[in-house]
Amino acid sequence: MQSALRLVWIYPDLLSTYGDRGNLLVLARRAQLRGIAVEVAHVNSDQRVPADGDIYLLGGGEDLPQILAARRLQGDGGLAAAAARGAVVFAVCAGYQIIGTEFGGAEGEPVPGLGLLDIRSGRGDRRGVGEVLADVDPALGVERLTGFENHQGVTRRGPGVQPLATVLTGVGNGDGTEGAHAGRIVGTYLHGPALVRNPSLADLLIGWVAGTPLPPIDPKQEELVTDLRGERLAAFSGG
Amino acid sequence: MSTSTPRQEQARPSLRSRLPLRARLAATVGGAAGRASRLAGRGDGSVIGGIIGLRLQPDLLSLLARGRQIVLVTGTNGKTTTTRLITAALGTLGQQVASNAFGANMEAGLVSALARSSDAALAVLEVDEKYVPAMLEATGARVVVLLNLSRDQMDRAAEIWLLARRWRAALAAAPRCRVIANADDPLVAWAAGEARQVTWVAAGQRWHEDSWCCPQCGSHLRREGDDWYCRECSYRRPPVRWMLAGDSVIDPGGRSTKLDLVLPGRANRSNAVMALAVADVFGLSVTQALPAVSRVTSVAGRYTQVQRNGCALRLLLAKNPAGWLEALDVLEPGPVLLAVNAQGPDGRDTSWLWDVDYRRLRGRPVFVTGERRLDLAVRLEADEVLFRIVDSVDDAIDLARTPSLEVIANYTAFQQIRAIVGRTV
Repeated sequence: MQSALRLVWIYPDLLSTYGDRGNLLVLARRAQLRGIAVEVAHVNSDQRVPADGDIYLLGGGEDLPQILAARRLQGDGGLAAAAARGAVVFAVCAGYQIIGTEFGGAEGEPVPGLGLLDIRSGRGDRRGVGEVLADVDPALGVERLTGFENHQGVTRRGPGVQPLATVLTGVGNGDGTEGAHAGRIVGTYLHGPALVRNPSLADLLIGWVAGTPLPPIDPKQEELVTDLRGERLAAFSGG
Repeated sequence: MSTSTPRQEQARPSLRSRLPLRARLAATVGGAAGRASRLAGRGDGSVIGGIIGLRLQPDLLSLLARGRQIVLVTGTNGKTTTTRLITAALGTLGQQVASNAFGANMEAGLVSALARSSDAALAVLEVDEKYVPAMLEATGARVVVLLNLSRDQMDRAAEIWLLARRWRAALAAAPRCRVIANADDPLVAWAAGEARQVTWVAAGQRWHEDSWCCPQCGSHLRREGDDWYCRECSYRRPPVRWMLAGDSVIDPGGRSTKLDLVLPGRANRSNAVMALAVADVFGLSVTQALPAVSRVTSVAGRYTQVQRNGCALRLLLAKNPAGWLEALDVLEPGPVLLAVNAQGPDGRDTSWLWDVDYRRLRGRPVFVTGERRLDLAVRLEADEVLFRIVDSVDDAIDLARTPSLEVIANYTAFQQIRAIVGRTV
């Protein structure tokens, strides 16, 4: 990382179905609370994707915008170039499918993705809608995931791609796993502001860019997030 | 002929007496159940009565709709208010107008509204977005009003483009229906695009985040001022006949009339223009319809001022990002209480909070409550808005110590606050 953490929000005009801005705001806040300066680029689908970002964010989207976004990103090449030089990519829901090798279009037909992750997604029998609870791959050192999913996707991983987490409650990839990661590329079916209730996942992404252990945040600054996380986790154990 | 007979009675025989016996019975039993429910203090009784009636006579809605001129009103935001404004406008015809004025907008609510006003030849009915095709078919509506489409309760509604596609097919299959559609909302314009008779209204669109894509081909839509068009296919904003221009309505004759509404804000001026375009279908000019539209003061408790412990509360309902944007637009200066729940009717997913820009609340006293107050608190913290978490509306009043307090709440949070401060409509 040079002087500032450069966050790139990809195509908010196409991929921002429900609160996706939250991931951008959480990353910015958690960096700033540690004294790290932040630069944010909102890149609409009629603009070039800068190749020099540190963290690239892709959100959720409906069928047509998803297909269009995949086509535009292939033509643009900026995201693939950034990923190839080791930039961090965090993609949720439709964005998660786009960074894979292939996903299902409006009528279920296969649509080529960007191939940043060796995953293939298709359409499942029913929509997964509801709260998700999942234990993260221990190799990542991230606390239990809590979030909301709303999708009909089913995702299979190729060799070399690890599941992000094991599902305790919810649908996820459809095979008992949730999301995927390889190198510095992370995808998840937790939609919208997935990082809000999962600050340690946000810190993982920032830490990859920083290259050094991140200083802790003053617990007072984290009190509300900790309470919210506790409340949501308790809502499960309470039945 | 006696001159003292009310017009609606001399104009036509009773609609009810033309119903088949079983349907008449179903409507009567349903009405009695609704009255019992009201007396028992369980809501306004409009749903239970309809449910019982439909169980006895599944095609009751079609039977009750027969022989009436029906206006259906739908869209993500403004349904209840616009229904009220149209009802007020059509009231100037001097005829009885049936309406589901309290927002019971699925089949049972429509049945109950029509059964309650069995002699009304006119009906203005708000319809839940998902039920538009079925309700259009059942009622054979003369007019359908399409206000807007945006993200709302995504855990229940799935994708709004699919909703628009269903509207489009249903309206294409109803050639006798006149559609009054907001041309400033690209999704709405597309939904009305294959209807035979459309009156396009430039009613404005404050929230653009769900219509950056061409509904026809998916490409990035261009926007220039109020205009929008797709560069990759031929799709563009249709030419309009009615327009909201600032505080005024411009009618198809090009006349500009100032909208002096009691209801606040741009969103309600937009609703009023749609209502005036509907009134025109029934032969009412702006001059004839506007006075009644202007006088509407509150709608199902929304925009109501209520006195509570020496403080004047003003209650604003906002159920989704577009609604919050409009509510934040009409805030008076001073403290504000925000209340958010995530029960079934609200949508159980609070992600939408991150689509609302709260930064303009900076510098104002803000109180936060509701069952999902922590979600809201974390959201405000990210926007660097200072706030206090409170347990109730009374705590906010105590802490604010001001003569007035603005309240914005989503659906069930709004109902809870109304239950505390009184259901004065």
